[in-house]
Order: sequence, then structure tokens, then C-alpha cells
Amino acid sequence: MADVPKPNIDRVTYWRKTIRRSLILLTVWFVVGYGMSIFLAEPLNAINFGGIPLGFWMAQQGSIFVFVALILIYVLSMQQLDREAGVEEVESELSPPPSSH
Amino acid sequence: MSIIGWTFLWVGITFSVYIGIAVWSRVSDTAGFYVAGQGIPAVANGMAVGADWMSAASFISMAGLVSFMGFDGSVYLMGWTGGYVLLAILLAPFLRKFGEYTVPDFVGKRYYSNTARVVAAVAAIFVSFTYVAGQMRGVGVVFSRFLEVSVTWGVIIGMCIVAVYAVLGGMKGVTWTQVAQYCVLIVAYLIPVFAIAYTLTGNPIPQIAIGEVLPRLDGLQQELGLGTYSGPFSNLSMLNVFCITVVLMTGTAGLPHVIVRFYTVKDVKSARWSAFWALLFIGLLYTAAPAVAMFSRFYILDSFAQVGATGMQELSWIQNWAQTGLIQTGQWSEGMSPEALLSTIDRDIIVLATPELANLSNWVVGLVAAGGLAAALSTASGLMIVISSSLAHDIYGEIINPQATDQRRLLVGRIAIFGGLIVAGVLGIYPPGFVAEVVAFAFGLAAASFFPILVLGIFWKRCNRQGAVWGLVTGLAFTFIMIVLMRAHVVVPGVQDPIIESFMGINAQGIGIVGMVLNFIVTYVVTKATPAPPQEVQDIVEQIRYPRTLSAEELREAAAEAG
Repeated sequence: MADVPKPNIDRVTYWRKTIRRSLILLTVWFVVGYGMSIFLAEPLNAINFGGIPLGFWMAQQGSIFVFVALILIYVLSMQQLDREAGVEEVESELSPPPSSH
Repeated sequence: MSIIGWTFLWVGITFSVYIGIAVWSRVSDTAGFYVAGQGIPAVANGMAVGADWMSAASFISMAGLVSFMGFDGSVYLMGWTGGYVLLAILLAPFLRKFGEYTVPDFVGKRYYSNTARVVAAVAAIFVSFTYVAGQMRGVGVVFSRFLEVSVTWGVIIGMCIVAVYAVLGGMKGVTWTQVAQYCVLIVAYLIPVFAIAYTLTGNPIPQIAIGEVLPRLDGLQQELGLGTYSGPFSNLSMLNVFCITVVLMTGTAGLPHVIVRFYTVKDVKSARWSAFWALLFIGLLYTAAPAVAMFSRFYILDSFAQVGATGMQELSWIQNWAQTGLIQTGQWSEGMSPEALLSTIDRDIIVLATPELANLSNWVVGLVAAGGLAAALSTASGLMIVISSSLAHDIYGEIINPQATDQRRLLVGRIAIFGGLIVAGVLGIYPPGFVAEVVAFAFGLAAASFFPILVLGIFWKRCNRQGAVWGLVTGLAFTFIMIVLMRAHVVVPGVQDPIIESFMGINAQGIGIVGMVLNFIVTYVVTKATPAPPQEVQDIVEQIRYPRTLSAEELREAAAEAG
């Protein structure tokens, strides 16, 4: 593992940052999926969004777009974090398929 | 060419492709049979997850449910997509790093207990059978309407096709067939939606066309004295919309047949990417489904407003579906209310009937039938892998006969798939209840059993065997008993009414949320009262949190820091 450059952050920090990023994304997930699309659907329906009441649009369209975006942000941000902490997979040491006992 | 001619053609072509893939992807070892040798690229796995995931309920029933429920149908749209955020962030990358064959494998090793493994395997089998019943019924509906064969024969033909590629190719055959099935189902779903969006508004993109159709639909609803389509909580209370959405999301993340798909890619990075591709591919259908729901409701109410119920009986699509008994025109009369008319139309036919009611060509109608079959068969085959691996790998290979050779394990796996299919077929011929309803219960059970102990197993090192077993059993038993009590009139023979109406206002579909919370609480309390798991188990948890393999020295450091 001599060719792995010295990581910028240690593994404890890596895991703490992973948790923090996950919690931020899950907060957005909750606010969009439950807050805007269920709890506040009625008041938001008073707002017209391109012909559609906003609460209804969030529940049947907008929330799904946001969910896709959240996963994309997670994937990219974790890849960057993996590199910073030097914990990304190295091509040669990929875990082999499980042994067949 | 007639509808039946086109349907035979499309079904014939797609089934030949599935068989071709089966022959090409035969496997000869258990790694290929259970996890496709862990060589599936992320984009292909995303498609396979999409097909595995989008079942007869998504393809055939969902838009119909949304069409009849209006805003409240959002529980399915959000519930069956939002769970991927949980899966991507909380489970998929870590379970891939763990990297064995099945979900019970993780439960058994993480909770260092064969009892936990068996409980998990039995729960996986139970959830999968609940779910597969809906798929087989979907196959039956498509066959009986479009190919004019009986439901029984439809189910038998479907079983034979799945048997060929799942028994021969195991997970590898199932994966590549699912990639093909995703392509078939998404094309079949989107072509008619694009065509109808274009006819109604001049814009073919359904997600944009709804901006013009919804105001017209809401206007029509008011003209006919119905509430607005976009207004929330007319069918379900806010509490139930919330609970059902939570159950469907956490259930999605806890369903074994979805989780095992993430074992089939080569590394953690690909597992994360598969989750993204999967939701993107699923989102293509899920953002179009509300448009199908609106368009079909608009067509039905518009013809009703123009010609009334007696005039509608002259329409050819009504006559076609009346023959199957799925529209009960016998109850129609001059001057009936629009609610009464809608209640005589089976929700399951909306997607299948939409191309006909919009007067699209016969080839489109036949293609939709092939798409519905692709959706049902792909999900059924994914479930068969879970049933087979739980029986042959977890129960036979790990507990009954750990000395078995690879060849013998493979043989047992094949026999298990075959046996599972026969049970699934019987459940399809004698279906317990409606498709989406049955499927929704599988979510409650998965949410209350697997989701909490998987998440805690990864994020809480201290979580131990006693906690997990008791949590899983409590969540599962509570949810199962509550569903039976609330749905007694459907599931218990000879009972006319539900034994209890609801649990503090929460209905049978949403009750899994209570089971899940109980599972979390019991797991926490019992864990706290019992000793911490052994060091090697804590090392497993440390190990799965990082994409690359940690050295023994790094693990010792981590253990020392944890004190």
C-alpha cells in the first residue's frame, strides 16, 4: 500500500463526516418528502406552479426529482470524501467474490 | 392486425429474448447463482433494480390507484421512490462491502447467531411469498384480457418462463433478463403516455403536459360535483398518508430482493452508483404515472359529461373490458352519479385500458400487455432468487449441511426455485386479495422486521444479538397480528368484519410504522441490558464502514480508540 498517498483526514474524521453528510441529506429528504408534500400540502396548494397547485406537484413530481438529486449528491460527495481519507477501493485489492466454503 | 395478434407478436418476441438470455447466461457455481459473480456494471444493475423493483403493482395497478385516489395516491409515488434515498445512504454501500450472498447472511454474521439467521431467512421467505402472489395475479390479468386464455393458464405459462431463466441462470440469468425487461416495460409504459400527452395538449412530455390537463380535470370534477383532484386527504387522513408513506419507504429499503441486487456489483462505489441509476430509471416511470392517472380520469369523466353512462356503453374499450368483468356495465343506468360509475371500474385496468380509451393503434395496446408481463415476471424472478437463497444457502447450506459441496448447494438452490415457483403459481391462481393491497402488506412486514436491525447493525456497533432477535420478532409479530385483525374480513375465512378498525387511527397499510418503532425500541432496550457483541463482530462493523479493506493493525487501532 506504499503507493497510496498520505490521507488528508483520518478514519475517525471520515466516519464523522459521513454521518454528518448523511444526516444533512436525510433532513432535506424529510423536509421535501414529508414537510412540503404532506404536512404543508394544503397551504402550499394555494400557490400555482405552472398550472398545478404546488403541494400537489411536490407530492407527485417534485419530491421524486429531489430524491434522485439527493442520491447523486451523496454518491459524488462520498467519492470525494473517500479520496480525502484514502479509503477508496484500490483496483488490485477488490474483495474477491465470497468463497464457496 | 388485431390487438390479440399484436399481443401474441410482442409477447412472443420478448419471451424469446428472455429465453435466449437464459441460455447465454447459464451458471455453474454458487457465486454466479446467488450474486452473478459480482460482475454486474452499475448502470446495468440500476436497470435490473428498476425491473426487479417495478412490479405488477407499479406497472399495472399504481396509476389506477392514483387515478382513483387523487392527491392521496401520492403515498405510492413517494413511498416507492423515497426509500431509495434510505437504501443509498444507510444500507447499500455497507452491505456491499460486507459482501456475502444474502440478507440473512449479514444478519447471521453481524448478530453472530444461527437463530438470527434462521429468523431472517424465514422472514425473507414470508415477505417474498406475500409479494410474489401479487405478481402472479398480474400475469393472470394480462393473459386473460389480451390473449384470451384463462388466468390459470396465464399463470402456468408465466411460471414456466421464469423457471427456465431462473433455474438455469440463477442471479446472473435473472439480472440480464431484468435488464431486458426494464427496457421492455419502460418503452411500453412511456409510448402511450407520450402519445396521449401529445393528443391532449400538443406537448408529448407528460411531466409538462399535466400542467395543462390538471386545471381542465379539476374544472371537470367541479362541474360534475366532485371535489378537486389535487386536494389532499379526501380518501386518507393526513396521519395515514404520513404512516403509509413511511412504511412504503422503509419497507423498500428493507426488502431482501432489492437489497441483494446491490451484492451483484463489483465494489462499494458501484453499489452507490447503482442506487442512483436505479432511482433515475424508476423515476422515469414514477413521474409519468401521475400523468397516466390524470389522463385516464379526464377521458372517463369527459365522456361521462358528454354522453352519460348509457352513451358510454357504446364505446368499444368499455365493451372489451366489460367482457372480462372488470367493468361492471350491468350496474350502469341513465342519470347515475359519476362516483357510482367510477366505482364499477376495476382500478387494475387503468394502465392496460388507457391506450384503448385514447384510441391508440393496436400495436401499442399489445406492447403495453408485453410491458405488464415484463414487470410482473422480472419481480417474480427476483423474489424467487431470495426464496431460493434463503432456503438453499442460509437454511440448508449454513445450518442443515454446512459440509455440502458447491455442486450440491447449486442443485438445492435450483430445486428451491422450482418449488418456490409452484407455490407462487398456486398463490397466483387463488389470489389472496387485490394486487396492490397484498404488496403493501409486504412493505409493512419488511419495515417492521429488517429495516431497523440492518440500520442499527451498521451504525451502532454496540447493538447485539439479543437486541436484534427480540426487536425483529416483536416488530414482525405485532405488524402481522395487527394486519390480520384489521383485514380479518379479507384474510380470515368466515369473518365478515374487521376485528379492529384501526390502531389509534392508523390503518392496516400504515401499521408497519408502529411495528418498526417497536423494533427500534426493543432492540435498543434489550441491547443495553445485555453484554456488548464480541470483538470480531465489532471489527466486522468497523470494516464495512470503509470502502477499502482495513488491515488487522487498523482494526486494532479502531478497537483501542473505542476503548
